[in-house]
Amino acid sequence: MNVVVCTKQIPDPANPGQLSPDTHTLVREGKLILDDSDAYGVELGLQLVEAAGGEVMLVSMAPHAEVSGLRTALAMGAAKAILVSDEALVGSDALSTAKVLAAAIRRTDPDLIIAATESTDGYTGTLPVQLAQLLDLPSVTFAKRLSVADGKVRADRQTESGYDEVESPLPAVVTVTAGVVEPRYPSFKGIMSAKNKPIEQLSLADLGIDPSAVGWAGARQEVVSVVSAEARTGGEIVVDDGDAHERIVAFLEQLKVI
Amino acid sequence: MDRIWVVVDRAGERVAPLSLELLTKSKDLADQVEGVTWGDGAQLAAEAGSYGAALLHTVGDLGGRLPGPAVAAAMAARIEAGDAPDAVLVPHNYDGRDIAGRLSALIDRPVLTNVVGLTDADGLRTQHPVFGGSEILTARFTGDGPGIYVVRTKSFAAEDSGGAAADVDVWAVPQLGAADAVRVVDRHVEEREGPKLDEAAVVVSGGRGLGQADAYRMIEELAKLLGGAAGASRAIVDAGWVPYSHQVGQTGKTVKPTVYIAAGISGATQHMVGMKGANNIIAINKDQEAPIFSIADLGVVGDVNKVLPKLIEALRARS
Repeated sequence: MNVVVCTKQIPDPANPGQLSPDTHTLVREGKLILDDSDAYGVELGLQLVEAAGGEVMLVSMAPHAEVSGLRTALAMGAAKAILVSDEALVGSDALSTAKVLAAAIRRTDPDLIIAATESTDGYTGTLPVQLAQLLDLPSVTFAKRLSVADGKVRADRQTESGYDEVESPLPAVVTVTAGVVEPRYPSFKGIMSAKNKPIEQLSLADLGIDPSAVGWAGARQEVVSVVSAEARTGGEIVVDDGDAHERIVAFLEQLKVI
Repeated sequence: MDRIWVVVDRAGERVAPLSLELLTKSKDLADQVEGVTWGDGAQLAAEAGSYGAALLHTVGDLGGRLPGPAVAAAMAARIEAGDAPDAVLVPHNYDGRDIAGRLSALIDRPVLTNVVGLTDADGLRTQHPVFGGSEILTARFTGDGPGIYVVRTKSFAAEDSGGAAADVDVWAVPQLGAADAVRVVDRHVEEREGPKLDEAAVVVSGGRGLGQADAYRMIEELAKLLGGAAGASRAIVDAGWVPYSHQVGQTGKTVKPTVYIAAGISGATQHMVGMKGANNIIAINKDQEAPIFSIADLGVVGDVNKVLPKLIEALRARS
């Protein structure tokens, strides 16, 4: 079976984020890394193809042909990648991004498309289901466990009160929560071989997408302003020397929760 | 504004609290508030009405399908037929996000998610916390067509305004395409003692500082002793120690309890955005420089594995 994993390359979340003063959007300059949230989907895809045969293909979008995050996923074991890259994509909202990824995925023939529930940087969290609708595919979201057999995917889907066992025919789009599997670390051999794995770069023209329908030109939402939130300040600090719990008990009493 | 549709999520045979919050807010914003739900509409009509809905549309029995495709397709069909509201408000939860994503693609309108505030100033403007809630971003839709707003829990208070029961009608569901084939084959309700995470007056959350998965038992025990709910940082959810449903933060749940206890959590912006609305914050962490202390009302610099057992023992002795 062939698995497409939607992968996002993001600025390292360990560094403080910045908004562009002009556009109020996230500054995405410098080296991009594989979004941690996507490592679970890559791992799951690898486990599925290791059991059933086939390969994992990455599909990603980035405005300036960045590939460093894709190389990480290739080093884990993905076979190849499609990267849609075009200056006109800067400023795209989630729906535009879904349209671009849908066009790229239509060139492949996946049995399963895996995505994270949301990205770590933008965390809009709607793209996978938009993608499913655009491709006229079923979707199973928030899967915390997943298996594939007999042309069907079966998943434990998170609910407010527990989980549902949900079944869908393939092909389908699934989103996976963190912790669904334990992502592997790329081996040295994996890292070396990733350098030679194919990354097909496509432009909007290659996909037949009108540049005015995406990016800033096609955005139908805008940031009006950004202001500092009311700051919350720290209070009392106690260094534990064996009886700090007593201070906590006293505080809870004061708040009348005990 | 004339008319708002609110997705009315169910919690068993009642309206889910988050949908009550959205109905209440919509009543402030629009002349006419209409709920959109699934299953037996009559069951929810009185409650939806008393929180502001004049009408309650239901797509009827789902026959084991998930709500997302059916509810989105029914709304899209009405909108395409010229019966569009000014805005569609959707709960930021599992089914709500499915509905918003499907609807967005069907009517070709983007979505604003993680909304925590809504104001009407020549059209709706939304507030979103960014960078761990240190900044508030205001956004709006441009272009024609209804805006789709996915709103986080506890953004607005739910208030019963004593309205009459909503009039219920049934909306036809058009062809769903491939999505029609998805079925829920079994439901599992996880036995939970105490309140839900996003409704609890006390939330005790654990993080990487616990050292190992087993130590999370102390978090559950402490939460139980305080009549609260147990939460977690993303780090230990990612590590597989606890399920995603416990996650507090940007990619998890937003909580606003009376007391929030962060045990072994350093305070990544991702976490803080989900809990800094708590009335009181107690933090326990080994690292005096941990960002969590900058927002804690009481900060204990110490090892959670030493402080928590004593705290649990002291609380047990009282009960």
